[in-house]
Amino acid sequence: MSATAVALPAPVVEMIGVRRFFPGPPEVQAIREVDLTIGQGEYLSIVGPSGSGKSTLLHLLGLLDNPTGGVYRLDGVDTLSLRERRRAVLRGERIGFVFQSFHLLDHRTVLENVALSMVYVGVPRRERIARARVALERVGLAHRMDFAPTTLSGGERQRVAIARALVAEPSLLLADEPTGNLDSANAEAILEVFDELHHEGMTLAVITHDDNVSRRAQRQVRIVDGTLQW
Amino acid sequence: MVTPPAGPPDPAGGPSTSRSAKLLRRTRLALAGVVRRGAGSRRKRLTRGPAVRDLLDEALAGVAARPTRLILTTLGTVLGIAALVGTVGLGQTAAGQITQRFDLAAATRVVVQPDDKGGQEGEAATQLPWDAPERIARLNGVDAAGTVSQLEVGDDLVRSVAGLDGQKEGHALQVMAGSPGLFDAVRGGLTTGRFFDAGHDKRGDRVVVLGKNAAERLGINRVDSQPAIFVGDQAYTVIGILDSVSGRAELLDAVIMPNGAAKLAYDLESPDAVEIRTAVGAAQLIAGQAPVAIDPNNPSALKVDAPPKQGGVRKGVESDLNALFLLLGAVALLVGGLGIANVTLLSVLERVSEIGLRRALGAARRHVAAQFLVESVIVGFLGGLLGTAVGVLLTVGVSWFRDWTPILDSRLSLGAPLLGAVIGLIAGTYPAWKASAIQPITALRGT
Ligand SMILES: Nc1ncnc2c1ncn2[C@@H]1O[C@H](COP(=O)(O)OP(=O)(O)OP(=O)(O)O)[C@@H](O)[C@H]1O
Ligand SMILES: [Mg+2]
Repeated sequence: MSATAVALPAPVVEMIGVRRFFPGPPEVQAIREVDLTIGQGEYLSIVGPSGSGKSTLLHLLGLLDNPTGGVYRLDGVDTLSLRERRRAVLRGERIGFVFQSFHLLDHRTVLENVALSMVYVGVPRRERIARARVALERVGLAHRMDFAPTTLSGGERQRVAIARALVAEPSLLLADEPTGNLDSANAEAILEVFDELHHEGMTLAVITHDDNVSRRAQRQVRIVDGTLQW
Repeated sequence: MVTPPAGPPDPAGGPSTSRSAKLLRRTRLALAGVVRRGAGSRRKRLTRGPAVRDLLDEALAGVAARPTRLILTTLGTVLGIAALVGTVGLGQTAAGQITQRFDLAAATRVVVQPDDKGGQEGEAATQLPWDAPERIARLNGVDAAGTVSQLEVGDDLVRSVAGLDGQKEGHALQVMAGSPGLFDAVRGGLTTGRFFDAGHDKRGDRVVVLGKNAAERLGINRVDSQPAIFVGDQAYTVIGILDSVSGRAELLDAVIMPNGAAKLAYDLESPDAVEIRTAVGAAQLIAGQAPVAIDPNNPSALKVDAPPKQGGVRKGVESDLNALFLLLGAVALLVGGLGIANVTLLSVLERVSEIGLRRALGAARRHVAAQFLVESVIVGFLGGLLGTAVGVLLTVGVSWFRDWTPILDSRLSLGAPLLGAVIGLIAGTYPAWKASAIQPITALRGT
């Protein structure tokens, strides 16, 4: 089943005229007038040169940052009118993040790191552990569950991060340069996981400046100087 | 490299694997469900938020992740609480010992003497009557009473007749006079011999009791051979050696004769003071009644020394000691609290990326604040717990060493760890606020 098989799915992301200016001086117009729609089950890549506003856009998409202006609906919810607490809940439930630098907690086991992403959405402990196991098996790390992240390779760490992003069953998986710190073999493994997730119906937005990564996506969007081009 | 989602079950797998496989299938179904959801259909929201228990676990894990730091951070609180518990405990213990010592001797001693300040009209305002002890003894609550006087012996030296001290000239010893009841009133104890009695007094017998220090200087340690001493040119028979007294220690250095002998030899006109030993708890009452009993016409001319009111000694000593000790403990705690605040703040700055991650995983500002606040409370509580243990050990140790009975207020040993937690709470407030104010985009930028 693919997204196209479903009649008129509601878009996961709907951005209309979104701006993000960082007040200076000098003022930086990191994002200006972005219109972006991401349908359910879509696999989108956002490419652009350094400093073009990719990370800023991803932060906006992930509700980690507030736009200066515009409209942003996530799963049909108008996010700009939400208070901080509701935004945090929405973020925890609907968004899964994968960062370039993994952002794993070094003092916790791999399993605990994955389970952590369900703490703030209130999944009971037993269920968290069970689901974290499944997610780790899913990314091929069943044998590394009780390891410390520091003992893993870069590729393994990123797969832990993907498991963590998946396990809370988000509506949207956001990845910022997910292969930026990996060699080509490990990068390929990560991209295979993304392909699979796409086939299972996950909505993905991957930010990259690597064409090899970008090409894997169903749709590519270019960003230059804070505006989208396609 | 990626496990096939619906791969064959692990041959080595037990029931847990099959359960995992089932969950795996469920996850896949759930993921598929995301796609199938139609327009407008909202998925069920999990608005529960994190459980308190989970936030606690996270904070505990945060504390446990850095054991060396934990020890260093708690150090200040441990010292502060230990100082507090130890000093208060020792203060109470010491005060308890002082009170115990005061209790028996001091709390039952009343002394009546003419008021020197009343002597404006020339001579001493009043003289104690010879029968003062008898008058006093009639009061209810008096166990014993006796007069005591210092004799003006001029140049009269005291020497032993037998010359056992090997000194020809003699010693300049204090010579005192008392009524037979004096020894009982001052809890006198004998090394040997006996005290003089009413008969000696009445007859004016030339007998003396020697204070043990006086006896030593005179070289007298036995009285069964009725040794004699000279005071000036008068000979006296030594009938007893005084070993111990309470309250009037000068008796131990003196030669003590009955009032009868003192009147004959030194024209003693009136006693200097009356020593009274009361029943336990009666001292206040007797102190009030004694002047009237002795001199009904002019009781205010008499000065009465009595122990402070019941419990007054204990309270007075304790509050003085405790005020000082509490101050010391408070200063130590302030330092401990600043230590926690400092290290927690450092920890916040060091864990910026963790803060960003937690925010990305759905933590609201208050959850981040709670995390650091609870961590700080845990550190404070652990410090308090450890400090209390050290303080209690200190109190017990010192008490054991000095042969005291340790007195430990249970409220103190239960409350001190809580105090540590409160200090952690206060110390953690600013760092927690600081942590919650960190923007997620700032926290997640860079490495
Ligand atoms: N907090 C901020 N304050 C001011 N300017 C900012 C801030 N964050 C980003 N910018 C600016 O916004 C622009 C876009 O930054 P952004 O991080 O989105 O770029 P990017 O496309 O992700 O670049 P890269 O590929 O190097 O990661 C840059 O010019 C950057 O300097
Ligand atoms: Mg970037």
